[in-house]
Amino acid sequence: MLSEIALYGAFETGLIYGIVAFGVYLSFRVLHFPDLTVDGSFPLGAAVAAVMIIDGFNPWLATGMALVAGMGAGAVTALLNVRLHILNLLASILTMIALYSVNLRIMGRPNIALLSEETVLTPWYELDLAFHQVPVALFLLVSLVGLVMLWRFMQSETGLAMRATGANPRMARSQGIATGWMIVLGIALSNGLVALAGALFAQSQGAADVTMGVGVIVIGLASLIGGEAVLTPRNVFRALLACLVGAILYRLAIALALNADFVGLKTQDLNLITAVLVTLAIVLPNARHSVKSFFSRS
Amino acid sequence: MISADNLQLTFGKGTPLENPALRGLSLKVDPGEFVTVIGSNGAGKSTLLNALSGEVMVDSGQIIVDDKDVTKLPTHRRADRVARVFQDPLAGTCEDLTIEENMSLAIKRGMRRGLGSGVKNRYRKRFRDALAELNLGLENRLGDRMGLLSGGQRQAVSLLMASLNPSSILLLDEHTAALDPRTARFVLNLTCNIVERHRKTALMVTHSMKQALDVGSRTVMLHQGQVVFDISGEEREGLEVPDLLSLFEKQRGLEVTDDSLLLG
Ligand SMILES: Nc1ncnc2c1ncn2[C@@H]1O[C@H](COP(=O)(O)OP(=O)(O)OP(=O)(O)O)[C@@H](O)[C@H]1O
Ligand SMILES: [Mg+2]
Repeated sequence: MLSEIALYGAFETGLIYGIVAFGVYLSFRVLHFPDLTVDGSFPLGAAVAAVMIIDGFNPWLATGMALVAGMGAGAVTALLNVRLHILNLLASILTMIALYSVNLRIMGRPNIALLSEETVLTPWYELDLAFHQVPVALFLLVSLVGLVMLWRFMQSETGLAMRATGANPRMARSQGIATGWMIVLGIALSNGLVALAGALFAQSQGAADVTMGVGVIVIGLASLIGGEAVLTPRNVFRALLACLVGAILYRLAIALALNADFVGLKTQDLNLITAVLVTLAIVLPNARHSVKSFFSRS
Repeated sequence: MISADNLQLTFGKGTPLENPALRGLSLKVDPGEFVTVIGSNGAGKSTLLNALSGEVMVDSGQIIVDDKDVTKLPTHRRADRVARVFQDPLAGTCEDLTIEENMSLAIKRGMRRGLGSGVKNRYRKRFRDALAELNLGLENRLGDRMGLLSGGQRQAVSLLMASLNPSSILLLDEHTAALDPRTARFVLNLTCNIVERHRKTALMVTHSMKQALDVGSRTVMLHQGQVVFDISGEEREGLEVPDLLSLFEKQRGLEVTDDSLLLG
């Protein structure tokens, strides 16, 4: 079984990946826009936050700026698609690749340690909580606030317009919705969330690293699909909740697998396992057919 | 009011598949007029409606809706004046959204959308009243997903959505073609009621000659991207389906002889 520390650790990272899954839900589910920018915007958020924190800025300001930077990255992907008519998937790959250079430029070196810096977590250690409970408490708060805000947004006039844009763009246009701008807004928001997650991740791990984004999109998808399988989302609220639940379950499953010595798994096997899990979730007959039809379309 | 003047539109310009769909089409429709549009497959009926709604841009010519030149405006910027119902009953609504969410999207057609609640309580009464008139029991299902409704029900809701806020023109492209005869009749009646009550300027494409004569106040036939005949008033009153058919045949026949003369 898992130690208490490993259990809290799984919740801590699970909640962060839950925020990534919110972003992936926005792009893949709401807008039907397969967006891989995520692999670049996650470390972008980490890079922006880390650099600002070591420059002495308030860690919340740094985290907020990370979100803004992520939105910028998302907007670039969406504009490449909407304005220059580059295929959405390709547009996102271009931004993702470009971000690798951008992130290195921002950080000035491949990684930045934050161990001795003041982060968003620092004041929380004053609270009467065990050391390993602190990040869980804070990230639970952040992800729940994110969930409620996103849920409210999806019910708003603009949120409805965004959902219509993804579900039926022709109908959306005929209702007077500027679908191009909705895609820009939605993909920006999506990557803003992912960058926020990246900023929190760097602060909880005590370092930002340019390579920390590799495979984040697949983890986000795994969380999304896993959560959907458990919660069968019939409405936006359940869908968002599924993102969080899926991400936590995913981290728990990984922690268990790594913990069980007889399985012989190592940390470096994670991406392979995740990819296999996502593949299984897509092809298994009971996988949600929408997922299936989306991914098997050429 | 619609004024389409000398519309030209060629698909695939400069390619071997060049296909002129509108060839100098002109049509003026007065406010409150209900025009039925007929024509054979490929005559350009859908293209005309797409051009009016902005889904396709004309190469040349001018489109004026209610004294405003909309020729260059994209679909979403014409939506305040143009409401549309598609042939495919699934096309006019979002199946993953609820009935009330779909109707709330439509109540804001062509207006600014902000961060206020999308489905407002004050809308709900209006939606319920409008749905109740359909006698389909939908007034108690505001929170149901649209995807749970049948094609006919969805088409009826699409029509309601088109009438929720004032638009000056209503475009209907064979919107009953995919429905069974009984439902088609129901949706057609609903169409007439809505057009009459809201005094819409309407353009309805149909393949049924009978429908074309029974409904509306004027009938226009398109052929090869042009208006080849246009009848209204007394002339139309006395017309029966066979007369229309022979007119139809005559027009096409003329084209054929014209062509053979040219070729000969
Ligand atoms: N998007 C498009 N790209 C290329 N050609 C098109 C396009 N849309 C229509 N066309 C062509 O334009 C011509 C007119 O088509 P349109 O759809 O307007 O006909 P229609 O009168 O609506 O016919 P139907 O009764 O079959 O619906 C046809 O030759 C058609 O092949
Ligand atoms: Mg057609």
